[in-house]
Amino acid sequence: MVVQALAFYLFATVAVLSATAVVTVRNPVHSVLLLILTFFNAAGLFVLLGAEFLAMLLVVVYVGAVAVLFLFVVMMLDINFVEMRQGFLNYLPIGVLIAVVLFVELALVGAGWTLTDGAVAVLAQPTPAGLTNVEALGQLIYTDYAYIFQAAGLVLLVAMIGAIVLTLRHREGVRRQKISEQVKRNRADTLEVKKVPVGRGI
Amino acid sequence: MEIGLAHYLTVAAILFTLGIFGIFMNRKNVIIIMMSIELMLLAVNINLVAFSSFLGDLVGQVFTIFVLTVAAAEAAIGLAILVVYFRNRGTIAVEDINMMKG
Repeated sequence: MVVQALAFYLFATVAVLSATAVVTVRNPVHSVLLLILTFFNAAGLFVLLGAEFLAMLLVVVYVGAVAVLFLFVVMMLDINFVEMRQGFLNYLPIGVLIAVVLFVELALVGAGWTLTDGAVAVLAQPTPAGLTNVEALGQLIYTDYAYIFQAAGLVLLVAMIGAIVLTLRHREGVRRQKISEQVKRNRADTLEVKKVPVGRGI
Repeated sequence: MEIGLAHYLTVAAILFTLGIFGIFMNRKNVIIIMMSIELMLLAVNINLVAFSSFLGDLVGQVFTIFVLTVAAAEAAIGLAILVVYFRNRGTIAVEDINMMKG
């Protein structure tokens, strides 16, 4: 139990500190790397909560896909990041004010709520005993939530098509190999045989 | 000492607040704003998983999977829009995005 508490505090502290650094460091590349650190520590918290599948999913999806996408875009765009930082301090008072107000509100909600007595009796899908987390989630997703699961796949498909449509462009003046046109060439429209009269030329 | 639901909710609340803070602080950099949104979604996920774990109800984790899906789609589309915008304007400052009005 002590080890669990220590692990929680380690993961929570690193996650909060790196999340703070994500929004305050100067270099966006460092920002992305710190975001990866935050997600790793959040995955650690998920493991502590007994949600191993989601922890691994978080690492695969966020560190493997989303963070790399961010890193790619940050490095691909030629942006003057020194200019970006101008006016950072102008927004500090309003930012701190709104953050403090929001946190106090969240703390009040957190301190004020209690579970009703009947809450445990009306669980939608009680965690089955004797199954691992992955098994239990799999039995749920592919049966009761199959349609929503398909809809999630559809969302990803639409996102993929949308990203391709948005960023694909055909630049003018670029020579490309068009295999169909090469195959369609025949001798008649490329080659012409002419009789050349002697002494006159063409 | 016992780590309870309140501990996880506190971490999630701090992460959510940091996300909001990041949006207000980085008014010129859309990439950091999108990372802040990811932080807020992560905080929501931690909340869902914490409640799911402590109440013994698996639906919270199923819902977290769908939140993750939407977050990934949002990041992909957002970054694509960002790339197109940068190609057209040569900047990603949020304050300059005022040509779409009217």
